[in-house]
Amino acid sequence: MTATVVLRADGVAKRYRSRDALRPLTLELRAGELAALIGPNGAGKTTLLSILAGVIAPSAGSVDRLPREVGWVPQQTALYGRLTVAENLRLFARLERVADPGATVARMLDQIDLAERAGDELSRLSGGNRQRVNIAVGLLADPPVLLLDEPSAALDPRQRERLWGFIASLVGEGTSVVFSTHELAEAERYAERVLVLADGELLFDGAAGELGSSGDGKHRDLEAAFVAFLAERGH
Amino acid sequence: MRSVGWLLVKDLQILRRSPLLSGLLIVYPIVIALLIGLALSRAPSKPRVAIVNEVPPGQAIHIGSEQITVAQYVASLNQDIIPVPVQTRDEAVQKVRSGDVLAALIIPQDIIARLSSGLQQAEVEVIYNGDALTASYVRSTIDSQLSQANAELSSRLEQVAATEIDLLLHGGQLQAFGADVNILGLEKSKAILDGVIGSTKEPATKLALTPVANFASLGAANLGLSKSILASVSQPVHVQETTLSGRRTPLDTFAVAVAVCLSLMFVCVLLAAGSLALEREENAFPRLVRGLVSPEALIAEKVLLAGICAWTVSVAMLFGIGAFVGLDYGRAGQWLIGLAGGAIAFGALGVAIGAVAREVRAASLLAILSSLPLAFLALVPSGAVAGGLYDVIRVVCAVFPFKPALEAMNAAINASTPSLGVSLLHLLIVAAGFAVLARLALRRFV
Repeated sequence: MTATVVLRADGVAKRYRSRDALRPLTLELRAGELAALIGPNGAGKTTLLSILAGVIAPSAGSVDRLPREVGWVPQQTALYGRLTVAENLRLFARLERVADPGATVARMLDQIDLAERAGDELSRLSGGNRQRVNIAVGLLADPPVLLLDEPSAALDPRQRERLWGFIASLVGEGTSVVFSTHELAEAERYAERVLVLADGELLFDGAAGELGSSGDGKHRDLEAAFVAFLAERGH
Repeated sequence: MRSVGWLLVKDLQILRRSPLLSGLLIVYPIVIALLIGLALSRAPSKPRVAIVNEVPPGQAIHIGSEQITVAQYVASLNQDIIPVPVQTRDEAVQKVRSGDVLAALIIPQDIIARLSSGLQQAEVEVIYNGDALTASYVRSTIDSQLSQANAELSSRLEQVAATEIDLLLHGGQLQAFGADVNILGLEKSKAILDGVIGSTKEPATKLALTPVANFASLGAANLGLSKSILASVSQPVHVQETTLSGRRTPLDTFAVAVAVCLSLMFVCVLLAAGSLALEREENAFPRLVRGLVSPEALIAEKVLLAGICAWTVSVAMLFGIGAFVGLDYGRAGQWLIGLAGGAIAFGALGVAIGAVAREVRAASLLAILSSLPLAFLALVPSGAVAGGLYDVIRVVCAVFPFKPALEAMNAAINASTPSLGVSLLHLLIVAAGFAVLARLALRRFV
């Protein structure tokens, strides 16, 4: 049985003056799907995620979800350093108009395993812990879709492991997750679907294994397959 | 609206966690209020001036039947100086050099002879030290006191001269050489001559006396005018003051309005600019404006935050200064309204600066760099610069909020023109303009 489509982007594109940051593309996300967005620097990954999250308006096309129905975790921590962990979560829970902000904050603190640090100012936390709070804020409204922009970039291996365990539990509960990354091993290991962007163009949309078997199919890993794939298409 | 409230709470929490900034917000109005209050309520201390009186004791200036001693003349100087009596000119110079006194006044021995002669101008010598800062103040104080003393002396001379003229005109008793001499006076002389001319039968006598009677008549008429002439010579220009519009604003309460507006501007502009730029620096802006808060609401929240803080600080400062300077507390309601209008306009200027600068440090720097010159421009009086330049300054001042805020506070404190209502309208228009500018600049914020 095909899962329900929870987000549809139809012909979205972004143009900055004479430069196409994102060429028209259409994609659908299904409930409980975990998709990786990969591509070289400047490929348009952050632009696509920002459009899907409603942070920037597309030059063309549309997204069928309201911004507040989509969870968004930007690459850089988008929180207030002078507020405590709990105050940050409470503020955004109130702004998200969550029914019971207090209970939601407590639940999130448990989920990200930072209940003991709830009263600490965010600026005193390590980069990894800040990223966990950053992700928690994206999940406060219990969105059906979560967009993560390079979520593991500032994390050490142990923190990454915990992060992916956490994301896996969300997916297991039916949340659709799209994450961008430069770590192709992560994409290969965790994502069931891979989207390849280059120069604002969606070049590939399928399983990681399909990307690995492109060309002559003799690639030692996904990274090698990805580089060969881009080279074949002139990128 | 609730979102704005939550953001406001968040910003106040951040302010509370910034001890330097919140301490500055509390200490700043107290210090400024104390400084301005003390400066306005205490006149500058009197300069110490050495006085050398070389005139032998007991000598006096004799003007007609009047006597003026040197001590009386010196006493008239004492109102605004602290006299330090010394014996010699050298001693006085030494005291000026050592800084014990700021100046010395030498009254020479011949002053009595010169004044009494009526032919020579009397002179006094004033010695200043070379300190440029104090010399100007001391010089103006002593010049003013000498002018006042001279004016009093001149007035006494005028009174004596007027008495003598009256005696010549109307006749009376004059003390001379220890005896009373009866003076007939020109008016009585003419009457007697007219009587003799009318009663005499001899044409030669009549012919001889008629020119004398005419001279007496002419002399009486001209001497009658001479008193007015003397008065006009002793005070050639009498100043009659007229204020064309509004109430005359006392300098000290105008200074209060300027000080309060400066504080309001700095706190408001810096806070609004900094807090908006901080949303971008913390990367929170994109998260907020994706459906949680509209950019317009965010601008309103920052204006509100800066306005509330700056308004509170300025009100505290105004009431603090009020303890030193006589302010009309019956107008306190208008002060609060005037400050609110200014706070909104300065807040709007602040968010425009924050939106354009996009970084907290750049926003703070831009806020200071733009606010200070605008405040100075608003204080340039008409006539101080060329007409064309003043017109440009007027336009610039009308576009930015300092001038209308100052006019609003001046109207609120001193009931001056333009009225508080007109100034508030001006402030609201300026605020709307800067809010629109801020909204446009926020397009580049993500």
